[in-house]
Amino acid sequence: MARLRIFVRTPPGVAALVLLVGLLFLVVAAPTIWGAGAANSNVAISNQGPSGAHLLGTDALGRDVLDRVLVATRSSLVLAVLATAVGGAIGVTLGALSAVTGRVGARVLGAAINVLLAFPALLLAIFFAVIFGLGSVASVFAVGASFAPGFARLTQTLAASIAERDYIRAARLLGRGRFHIAWRHMLPNVSEPLMLYGTIHVGTAILTLAGLSFLGLGVQPPAYDWGQLLQVGLSQIYLTPAQALGPAGAIVIAGIACNLAGEVLADALSGRQRVRPLRPVPAAPGSRSGGTGLLEVRDLAIELPAAGGVVRPVREVSFDLQPEERLGIVGESGSGKSMTALAIAQLVGDQGRVRADRLSFAGRDLLAEPAKDNAALLGRNMAMIFQDPGEALNPALKIGTQLREPAQVHLGLDRRAAAVRAAASLRSVAIPDVRRRMRQHQHELSGGMKQRVCIAVGLTGEPKLLIADEPTTALDVSVQRQILRLLVQAGEREQTAVLLISHDIAVVSEVCDRILVMYAGYAVEDAPVEALLRAPAHPYTEVLLAASPDMATERGTPLPTLEGRVPGPEVELSGCYFAPRCTYADERCRSERPPLAPLDATRRVACWHPCNVPAPAATRADEIAASR
Amino acid sequence: MAEIATLSVLPPTAPEDASTAGGGAAGLARFVARRLLRLVGSLLVLVTATFGMIHLLPGNPVRAALGQDATAAVVAARTHQLGLDRTLVDQYFSYLHGVVTGNLGVSIVSSEPVSTILGARIPATLSIALPAFVLVLLVSLPIGLSMALRTRHGRGERTRVAFIGVTGLVNSVPDFVWATLLSAVFVVGLKLLPVAGDAGFTSHILPVVALMLGPAASLSRIVRVEATKVLESEYMQAARSRRLPWRLLYLRHALPNMITASLTFSGMILSGLIAGTVLVENVFAWPGLGTEISQAVVSKDYPLVQGILLILGAMVLAIHLMVDLVLGILDPRSRIGES
Ligand code: SF4
Repeated sequence: MARLRIFVRTPPGVAALVLLVGLLFLVVAAPTIWGAGAANSNVAISNQGPSGAHLLGTDALGRDVLDRVLVATRSSLVLAVLATAVGGAIGVTLGALSAVTGRVGARVLGAAINVLLAFPALLLAIFFAVIFGLGSVASVFAVGASFAPGFARLTQTLAASIAERDYIRAARLLGRGRFHIAWRHMLPNVSEPLMLYGTIHVGTAILTLAGLSFLGLGVQPPAYDWGQLLQVGLSQIYLTPAQALGPAGAIVIAGIACNLAGEVLADALSGRQRVRPLRPVPAAPGSRSGGTGLLEVRDLAIELPAAGGVVRPVREVSFDLQPEERLGIVGESGSGKSMTALAIAQLVGDQGRVRADRLSFAGRDLLAEPAKDNAALLGRNMAMIFQDPGEALNPALKIGTQLREPAQVHLGLDRRAAAVRAAASLRSVAIPDVRRRMRQHQHELSGGMKQRVCIAVGLTGEPKLLIADEPTTALDVSVQRQILRLLVQAGEREQTAVLLISHDIAVVSEVCDRILVMYAGYAVEDAPVEALLRAPAHPYTEVLLAASPDMATERGTPLPTLEGRVPGPEVELSGCYFAPRCTYADERCRSERPPLAPLDATRRVACWHPCNVPAPAATRADEIAASR
Repeated sequence: MAEIATLSVLPPTAPEDASTAGGGAAGLARFVARRLLRLVGSLLVLVTATFGMIHLLPGNPVRAALGQDATAAVVAARTHQLGLDRTLVDQYFSYLHGVVTGNLGVSIVSSEPVSTILGARIPATLSIALPAFVLVLLVSLPIGLSMALRTRHGRGERTRVAFIGVTGLVNSVPDFVWATLLSAVFVVGLKLLPVAGDAGFTSHILPVVALMLGPAASLSRIVRVEATKVLESEYMQAARSRRLPWRLLYLRHALPNMITASLTFSGMILSGLIAGTVLVENVFAWPGLGTEISQAVVSKDYPLVQGILLILGAMVLAIHLMVDLVLGILDPRSRIGES
């Protein structure tokens, strides 16, 4: 309910509130205040235009049009609310019935509701108006009945969504009857969205009722609502347009009020917040002192816009990747590993900001050039594989098209040559029946096969670097191994370096030569796989290893659990970000941040008290840190 | 490039071929057949409903139509003439037979065959419904798509707010009120357009505009939302990671998905146009089905009401069918789950 404060906080919310309160006031008070003027006929002043005495003129019987429009607010709105209530009652009953009639009954009801839903509400309302007759009461039922299918469908969907919840199962196990379950357990738990749907539908009901009355099929004289007034006014539009414009204006205002309220409500419930995009950093020449690595990352940091300003998912990451090397980046979700990969591929998008002392690929400083100048290099030599292959392949395009494209665009091959190359790379990922596959769409393939296709797409260029972000997480356990093996083999065969990103240290150590451990946007340890597994230096790596079931059983230690969470990208600490969860943390850890410093020839670690190091080594690390 | 050998580590025939239902020409044919079968089902429901309508009425419909002054003999004669004295099953089948052969009975009021009246009215309705239908698509697709581009990844916040405000406003005003406002301005005020009824091309303008405004506003909103989802999708990110030129990126990778996603939601809006014509025709005294049905309901001319509802309902179903078929051709995925 706190979210409803949006009604007094935002301009649209305030506008909606003011309009609704105004309408409510008219519903309550208008007949008392203006009732006399609305009923007083005086044929001497019939069909007059607007004047001081009659702001919207008079009708054929000399009654004040404005008064009648104001008074009609009550009938227009009350009938609409009633119609919505009737529609809700019928619809929810029908929807709940399908929960108690068993499978066949539910299907029949579902099909019937489907057919009814195809028809616009007004057509259904006319249909029911024929049966129920004309007049206020009949039109409430006609409009209500026309809304029932929508309510019924929503009830069905909601009921289905909670059918497997524990409390429903429990009730079923207790042998409760279907009616009891539907009435006592299901409906109360879906009442809130139903009420919301009903509230939003009052607006539709106002317009549908007005339409029905306008056609002469709803409220009948001497009773009147806005639709009926509009029908009468329209016949005089050439004489006194105000007679039609008055009720038309009332319908417009009510429509706007309901629409606005509906949108504000939807916004409040979705709880979405607006963020301001960051201004991009201009391309600046980085430090030119590049090494020989394929990929060099120095002090990479990423800022993203957020509701409260700026967050930093990546704070300080530095590493090198040699040609044909396989490096794994490991960390829990929130460690910034995926964002690091996106920054390397220059895919952070223009609302985020990427800074680095150096970010170079194949000898070229990526941040020194405008992004589009890097496109040719990246397109040809860098390929990315994403977590969910079902999402990463375009559903509308044939597999063959997506495979051919990189070769056509970046290698300059013609269509046929590209197709040959595409077929070869499909074969290289062990997909049989290549010709047929090329003509298929992604939804015709299994998950494992889709990921193999993604790898094949990556190999169709001439990649020097394959970045794979959690490539097996979305897949069946049975095919995860195959995909990993495929990555290794593709890397070896094509002389491609691999950057494998995973939360699973077991996965990474199976594939990679070296591992970079990330925590809260920092690179905290960088070591060859062997060394890292044998003697993790960073306390976080130690816990990660111990918590990994595959690794722990090898090491024969019990599984500890890692308590607490990674500090979010909005958290700013002055000391070590792991300190809140670290068993070795002391005062220094909390106040001073440890830099990523060499531990020996092959290892780097960011910790004041590295573990698994012979005692003197700890002091050595301190010395190194101090000497910086 | 050297020919790459198939990896031996993998089982050559991995049992992971997903169902190929829906693929290829045979899949499309099967989809069309299933969809037509569903149409037949819906039509049957529609016919049964219009048939049942007259029997759900409280009292004697013939008495109601002819009024209290009619003698019992006249009512009995009319009842017999309409076949209302036969058994329900008998009536149902002869009604079905009539619908199939185009015999929809005789108007109680004018004694003209219903099919003759419909034949005279349908062209007028279509002459405003079809242009509105086409214009809604022609207007909302480009607007929605360009808005999605301008507001992608959180930019153009002001454009987004303005767009939502304007479309929200346009959409809050129902079609018959648009029709009233438009005729107050252009017919009564500016005297630019003909008064009412069908008097040539210019008299089509206002009914068509009144019909299309609301649907165009809500459809362009839907298009913007769906197109934005496409732009933010992972497959677009993947395509960007391949550094495709923008032409391929937007025209080949994004556009088809944007259009199919938008179409998926457009059936309801486009079929709503049919209800819109009923109202808008009444504003402009348009000689179509809409003006006819409101008179027929008031004068309790049930055979005529049945006939018009049947036609309007069939039009709605035809629009849904069209949208689904176009989707089925454009997007093979939409063929799945059609059962
Ligand atoms: S610096 Fe201190 S708190 Fe941080 S990981 Fe090392 S021991 Fe733990």
